[in-house]
Amino acid sequence: MLESIVSYGLAVGAVYALIGITYNVMFSASRVFSFTAGMLGMLGGVLGALFITKFGLPVIVGLVLVLACGALLGIVTEILTVRPVLKSIEQHLYVLSTLAFALMVQQLTAIEWGTEAQPFPRLIPIGPGWLDQQFWLPMLACAVTIVGLELLYRKTLIGRAFLAIAEDSYAARALGLPETRLRMASFALAGMIGTLAGFTGAEMLLAFFGNQSILNFYGFVPVALGGMGSNRGAVIGGLALGLFQQAANFLVGGIFAAVAVFVVFIIVLLLRPEGLAGAATARRV
Amino acid sequence: MTDATASAQPVRVFSLARIEGALPWIALGLVGLLLPLLDDSYIGVIAQRAYIYWILSAGLNLVVGYAGQIAIGWVSMLTLGAYATASLTAGNATPPWHPYLALVAGGALGAVFGVVVGLPALRLRTFYFAMTTLGFATIVTQVALAWKSVTGGGVGTPGPVFPWPFEPGWGFYYFCFFLAALATWMTANIASSRFGRALVAIRDAEVAAEASGIAKPRLLVAVFLFAGALGGVAGGLFSSLQSYITPDAFTFEMSVLFFIAILIGGRGSILGPALGTIILTALPEFAAPLVQWSTFLYAALLLVIVLVIPGGIADLLDYRNRRPLEQHREIVARPELLSRVLDKRSERNAIALTGVSLHFGGVRAIDGLDLEIRSGEVHGLIGPNGSGKTTTLNVISGYYRPNAGQLRLNGTDLPFDRPQARAGYRIARTFQTPRLVGGASVLENVMIGGMVDGSGSFAESMLSLPRHHRDEKRLKEAALLALATVGLEQLAPVRADRLQHSELRFMEIARALMLRPAFLLLDEPAAGLSAEEIRRLGALIKAISREGTGVLLVEHHADLIFDICDRVTVLNLGKTLAAGTPDEIRSHREVVSAYLGA
Repeated sequence: MLESIVSYGLAVGAVYALIGITYNVMFSASRVFSFTAGMLGMLGGVLGALFITKFGLPVIVGLVLVLACGALLGIVTEILTVRPVLKSIEQHLYVLSTLAFALMVQQLTAIEWGTEAQPFPRLIPIGPGWLDQQFWLPMLACAVTIVGLELLYRKTLIGRAFLAIAEDSYAARALGLPETRLRMASFALAGMIGTLAGFTGAEMLLAFFGNQSILNFYGFVPVALGGMGSNRGAVIGGLALGLFQQAANFLVGGIFAAVAVFVVFIIVLLLRPEGLAGAATARRV
Repeated sequence: MTDATASAQPVRVFSLARIEGALPWIALGLVGLLLPLLDDSYIGVIAQRAYIYWILSAGLNLVVGYAGQIAIGWVSMLTLGAYATASLTAGNATPPWHPYLALVAGGALGAVFGVVVGLPALRLRTFYFAMTTLGFATIVTQVALAWKSVTGGGVGTPGPVFPWPFEPGWGFYYFCFFLAALATWMTANIASSRFGRALVAIRDAEVAAEASGIAKPRLLVAVFLFAGALGGVAGGLFSSLQSYITPDAFTFEMSVLFFIAILIGGRGSILGPALGTIILTALPEFAAPLVQWSTFLYAALLLVIVLVIPGGIADLLDYRNRRPLEQHREIVARPELLSRVLDKRSERNAIALTGVSLHFGGVRAIDGLDLEIRSGEVHGLIGPNGSGKTTTLNVISGYYRPNAGQLRLNGTDLPFDRPQARAGYRIARTFQTPRLVGGASVLENVMIGGMVDGSGSFAESMLSLPRHHRDEKRLKEAALLALATVGLEQLAPVRADRLQHSELRFMEIARALMLRPAFLLLDEPAAGLSAEEIRRLGALIKAISREGTGVLLVEHHADLIFDICDRVTVLNLGKTLAAGTPDEIRSHREVVSAYLGA
């Protein structure tokens, strides 16, 4: 039992962590929390099943296509729902614009793909137990993403530009950085990370349009726990959430697992609004 | 009397507006009452659904439309109320309850969870609250699926059947109708009370709301209780209308419907969202081929509204505020009215800062400042940009906690980190950039300043009890008087965002006067004013101080400072460069070289 709690918990946790990173990448570039994070996760599974099972494409081609769709959706999100809102006075309307866009995509999926959860193909036929892809694939994806992001941020010029925008977008613009294009690139990157999360976690979570709202919430919990913008916090928070949820599932049942996660979420928000590892907030007056 | 004639005109405009506003409601009410005459049960069911949705949306409207809190998952209250009413009546977990009692329990459960879900909104940014409501909606559905013994799981549970007098059919129809009417009446009462204005102030000008003594957490808790209860009651009715409920009945998309109804209708309106709810409920019935696409279309509609008409229909229909205003308006303040606006203060009070220091990181914004503001005096605070003037003002009004030093009022410490408590000490302020509720009238903006002087409670306002009416009458009279004093009474019914910059400055002073302040802190009130307006402003400030109010005047206009101040403190790099009478300062050598120029 312990083995299945740990393996399943870490795998789900890795998916949550990746969705959390998706939130973070978009947030860093725009100060916008976008409801499209869960949508990307959901689509990763649905599109993967579509390309590989329905169209019979090779796995690697399917993955590339899924990531490309994610990047494209990220760009569309930025152009359609984020850019116009950032220009207006009431910037918090992004909550609604991104939600509306995510819902449109979700409904389109429900209509075209169906409302039933459908199986995701087995990509690498080894297992069972720990060796089963559904356990290690999300964790591998999470590790690859973290290492990739670190390399991007530390070693490349464009990565440093991302950091500059995240740190102080006014100063970055004053230095001549193309803020809008960098924001678009960030959203494309987030699109790829989000769909990767969905793709690698889909054997476990299935290709199901309803995963959107679940991933939206459970992917945000690690961000709230770890502090917004902190990828390290999101990974630790995500894995902890996954383990906690699975342990609660096995020990006390699903109802209490869901309630317990929600209670912990609210308590942490109230006691440490900046996250368990975050910094204090800005001035208002 | 001069001010009596001045206030006569706006009052007439308001009563006219009230009749204009009542007509659609009377029409809607008549249609609702007479609908059963058609004897068409299909239309009856649609109407019942619309009433039920509106009962929830009416409460949600206060949360979303008025307080500006984005509660996207409020459908969870409907779910809770529905399952509570249904399973209590059916006796799934307890001995069976009477249906009406179970409905009340559903409302109570909604109220409790309305507050639980709302807790993060009390101190966190918009998105967290949106996410909490979304998460709660997700979890409630999961629990409904998993808790089979009570909810029946995926199979569901039968809804309650209400006995006489509201038995299924037209009896239940009238039950829903009257509850919807009641919900409308209560929300309209709250919306037009000082609590409604405070909610809008929290939405659009939170800092000014705090300075006016509006305690955001307390007010929001009351609103969440109310909106949650309405959601729960709506859920109980919904379960009866459905006659059988499963978790599938409460999709997240329903939340979107409630939300869009409110946004289409327009924030800060009640009629708009009510019409929006009716239209959105009825529409899918007449467009059957599109039913599959309805959520998609709702979402698309939401996106269009947010991007194109964030003000909703109510804004588009607001003809009254498109009539051109008189050009070349002049602000003629009437300081002679001040004796009626302010309490004559004979006691001598003083706010004293001793050795106050405040650092932002490595920047010493204030560095060991001593300052005393006394009753009946105008104290000028001048200095170059970045010398700590506004920071000092923010320390006094409680926004910043200094790293060292004391802030005392008549020898007792003033608390920090609680700016909303300053109004209770009769310390009022204005802001460097005017903070206003653009969509509300000038009169309403000024009435916000008198929030702490209301005696009626939230519940009294909701039920329109006598104390509510007395509060409203008194606040309105006081606000009109304050507006007459600063010279803006002609503009009382005008939307505040149509005013000129200089008029906004005077409006802020009128709002501050509503507190009958013992101390008034003015942050660059003359910025952007013409020379003539500055002269009138000076006379007004001087007159305010002569009524016994202590004034702290942060300013760059040296002429104004030397004209009206009794004492002046000059700051440089957070330290006192000089302090004394205007004459002493004018001839102070360092001040002249550092700041005034030769």
